Parts: sequence; structure tokens; C-alpha cells
Amino acid sequence: MTKQQRRMVLSGPGLEKRRWWKIRKSDYALYIMIFLPLLYFFIFKYIPMTDIVVSFKDYNMFQTVWSSPWAKDLLKYFKMAFSSKDFLRALRNTIVLNFLDLLVGFPVPIMIALLLNEVTVFKRFKRFAQTVLYMPHFLSWTIISGMAMLVLAPENGLVNILLSRMGAKTIPFLSNKYLWIATYVGLGIWQSAGYTAIVYLAAIAGINPELYEAAEMDGAGRLRKIWHVTLPGIRPTIVVMLILNLGRILNISFERPYTMGNYLVRDVSDVISTYVYRVGIESQQFSLATAVGLFQSVVCVIFLVTANIICERLGERGIW
Amino acid sequence: MERNIMRLPGQRSGFPGSKKFSPNRVMNIIFLLIVFLLVLVCLLPMLNVAATSLSSELAIINRQVYFWPVDIDFEAYKSVLRDVSMMRSLRLTAILTVVSAAFSMLMTILCAYPLSQEKFVGRGLFSTMIIITMYFNPGMIPNYINIKRLGLLDNFWVMVLPVGISVFNMIILKSFFQSIPQSLRESAEIDGASHWTILTRIYLPLSKPALATLTLFYAVGRWNGFEDARLYISSRELYPIQFKLYQIINNLAAAESNMEGVAVKMMPYTMQGLRNGSRPADRSVLTSVNVGGMRTTDSFQRSMPMG
Repeated sequence: MTKQQRRMVLSGPGLEKRRWWKIRKSDYALYIMIFLPLLYFFIFKYIPMTDIVVSFKDYNMFQTVWSSPWAKDLLKYFKMAFSSKDFLRALRNTIVLNFLDLLVGFPVPIMIALLLNEVTVFKRFKRFAQTVLYMPHFLSWTIISGMAMLVLAPENGLVNILLSRMGAKTIPFLSNKYLWIATYVGLGIWQSAGYTAIVYLAAIAGINPELYEAAEMDGAGRLRKIWHVTLPGIRPTIVVMLILNLGRILNISFERPYTMGNYLVRDVSDVISTYVYRVGIESQQFSLATAVGLFQSVVCVIFLVTANIICERLGERGIW
Repeated sequence: MERNIMRLPGQRSGFPGSKKFSPNRVMNIIFLLIVFLLVLVCLLPMLNVAATSLSSELAIINRQVYFWPVDIDFEAYKSVLRDVSMMRSLRLTAILTVVSAAFSMLMTILCAYPLSQEKFVGRGLFSTMIIITMYFNPGMIPNYINIKRLGLLDNFWVMVLPVGISVFNMIILKSFFQSIPQSLRESAEIDGASHWTILTRIYLPLSKPALATLTLFYAVGRWNGFEDARLYISSRELYPIQFKLYQIINNLAAAESNMEGVAVKMMPYTMQGLRNGSRPADRSVLTSVNVGGMRTTDSFQRSMPMG
């Protein structure tokens, strides 16, 4: 989009430029309405942004953010973080887990959506399947981790009982490092794939049916129609989802690794969010933890912007 | 999702009932089989946990429990019901969920309506300011310091106020509002209706499916929320259910076959069932989620001006 086009979109179709002195009296109500939400964003989102200065200060609990002294070396806590083995381990784990999530987990919802879209018989079963598939999304990670402990338990867990009946060895899903990573990724897919598929299903629903007719006229079979009509039709959605996911490559939820992890796999399960929690809240090193958090947020924004620029170069629309 | 494609003469419809073997029919069967397998993958673990929670301890130790309870035994559930702190957490979380969802919906509506108005001066600026908060998160510790300074630590409201508006949900609602025909609003305006009237008499009644879905999102989010309780809550009276569950599961992780643990793990499903009873019909939720999903991706591409 050129700058001019963007401006046109901003000012609405055919509208004169909106100026503050042209506010209609009846529109004052809008400002009253949005006052509380803006106050909310101000108090809970913007004020914490100013607290980021803690990462450049020697902050302790007994002083306010502004009265505590600046660190002698402003980047002291960033240097401290990058020379700490624990942080580098957390950084590595975050990237590995998120990357695997993306690599293995990203295509699954697309496949589920394509699959569900192709089920044209047994409408009732289809609806039932859709409901069942998105159900795990509504379970919390506490519950899912608890379930995993139960179902994947080495002695009495369902999976291992079935495996041993088939003569296989017991698999320690949650206590072996590598198996833990696999379980982590697998549970992620189990929880969210069906739900994310809804977004793609919605995109598929928006595809012009005439395209399918035309493809059929040209003698395309079902797989060809999926490949040449459905997939190109949802490409913008796929790209947007990909950008959003790339932007989150350093952004890892707290609950999932925290509830799933145990001391046996700390080496691969300690990620940035749990590290910040441990260092910041538990051992009260606020400045260090804030520095790590700031690093994480800044990298996130950079990734997002970069991914978006690349997408626009490739001729897609991007997210803004 | 249904496509009415005109069939060419001589082409098989592909329904299982059609007599002749056709590649289309084979495909249908393969697709159905895969979907069936996926459904099993989703359902069986839950069934297994449910069966375990209802089985006797002996049956579990003997590894007899698969998807159906063996020696039905309600002892686990009884012990949960006897647990006073557990019941207190449940009650608290129920209240919390209602209060939080109501507050969040109010704020989300108040935010989405002005932003959906074309002639609202400052719309671009406000949207940008709000969207920034979605992409830039100051981090766990600044939020913690902020909450502490506000004196909200270990307070009921710390689980309501800071999670007030989810920008994502707000955009969904805003897009829904924008899809309401302008002519409706204009004619009401000509009749002298104020923005409050237009919002409550036209916009809200017309967006019931979206409102229902978003309320569900907020309620589920609050019910499942764990992180903020872990960070901000320290007194036992204020433990929400997920935090309580986490502690119990963690304490029992060593003693795997302990019955109480199993029942505790099952408890949320029972609750889920209760909640499902009170939520709108499945189909309408799905449709509006569909609409929401579509509009969200759509709005990411288009309607939220960014700078």
C-alpha cells in the first residue's frame, strides 16, 4: 500500500478530513464511552512500560522505581544476563521449543481444516468431530499437564499399559529430556490444533465456489482442487498466522512449561518466562529479570516487523 | 462450508450410498477415517482419566482401567467434596469468573463501539495506541511492580482489573460492529437517537452471537487462568481453582496412584460440564467463532490502521 492509499483508508471513503474542531456535539458521548477503556490501557499497559527503567537501575523493594539509583554501568544487568549460563539455557530452550512448535505444529491446523472441509458426507458426524477437536482448547494447562502425568505415567498410565501389552518397553515420556520435548510439542498440538483450524475453515468458507466449478470443468480431481483452489484461497490467512507465530518466537507462555516441567527435565524445560519468574519473583532480582523481559519484548517486536516486511515484499498483505 | 457444485452428467456424487465404486467414494471413506482417528486422539485421553477417577484403587494398580471404570467407586469424589479449601476455591473461582467476564464485556463494548464509528475523531490514534499494547508487552516484572504500587497484591480485584480488555477480543467485536449496516445507524440518528441509544437498542441486540462468544472466551480465560494468581496471590482464601489444582497435582505427582489426585484432575471436567449446560447452543457458538475468526484475520489485514 502506498502512503496515499493508506491515508485514504484511514480517513474513510469519501469523507472530508476529520479534524478535532469538527467534532459533532452528539459525538461527545463516544469520548465518555472510551474514557474507561483508555484509562485501563493507561494504568495497566502504559504505566508498566515506564517501569522498564528498572532494568537500568539498582532497584530494590524498599525504594520506588524513580528514587532508586541508576546502575553505574547502564547495561550492567543485560551484561549480567548474557553472561549467566541459566539465562542462555533458557534462551536456547525457548527458541528450540517455539521453533519445534512452529515446524511441527503450524501445518496441523491447516491439514485439519482441509480435511474437515472435504468431509461432505455424514454432516452430523462432521459437526460432532469439529466440536470434539476444538474442545481441548478450553482446558487449562494445569489440567492438561495433570492429565498427561496420568495418561503417560510410566507404571499405570494408559499409553504405557497399551505399549507393554504389545510387548514394547516402557517409555518415560515426562522424565527423559528428549521425550519431554516431544511430549511438550505433541500436547501443544493436541490442545490447540482443532481450535486454530476454525480460523482456516472460516477462510475456506470465504472462497468463491465458482472457482471449484471452473476447476471441475477443467477436469481437476479432489486433491487437485485442494492444491489449486483451496490452498491458494487461504494463503493470505496462512501468511498472517505465520507472521503472528514468527513474532512470538521468543514469546513463550508461562503456564505450559511451568506446569509440565519437573526437576528431571529442568535442563530443557526452563524457558525465559519461567526464568524471569524464578529470578524476579522468587529471588527478588527485579532489575535482572526486567532486563531479560525487555530483551524478550524488543526481540519480539523486531521479529514481527521483519516478518511483516518480508511478507509485503513477497506480495502478501501482512498484518497492518 | 457447503458447496453446491453442479454435477456433470455421468459423474458420481461420491456418497457412500452410490452404487458404483468411484475414486470419489474411496476418498470420502479415507477422509472420514482420518477424522475419526483424530476424534479418538482427542477423546480417549479424557475418557481414560474419567474412567480412572471412577475406578477403585486396586483396579488402577492392577492396570485394568482403560476407557471404562472398573469396580465403580466414588470415594475420590467424596474426598474432594469433603475438602473445605477445595470447595472454597471453587466457589471463589465461580464468583470471580462471573465478575470478571461481566467487567471485561462492559469494557470491551465501551472500547469497541467508539472505535467502530467512522466519524469518531481520534479513532486512528486510539486504535494505534491500543494495538501497540498487543505487540509490546513490558514483561512480567514491570507488571508486578505496577500491581504492587497500586496496592492490588493479594486482592480479589487483581484477578479482575488487569485482565480487563483483551485487545484481540475487542477487535473481533469492533469488526462485528462495523459489519452492521451504516444505514441502520443513520436512520436512528435522524430520528434523534444518541450514541447510547444506538449502542443499546441497535448494536448490542444485533451482535448477540458475538457477545455470547466473547463472554465465553473471557469466562473460560478467567476460569483457566493461573499465571496471575501464581504471581499476585499469596493468601489461601484467594486461591483460584487452577492454582489449587496445580498445588495438589504437584504434591501428588510422587504418589501417582493416589485416588484423590485422580478425582481432583477430573473435577474440572465436571465443572466444564456444568458450564457447558449454561452456555449457548454449540452450533451458535461455533458459527460466531467462525465469524469471529474470519473477521479477526480480516481486520488484521485491513481495518486496524497502524500509524
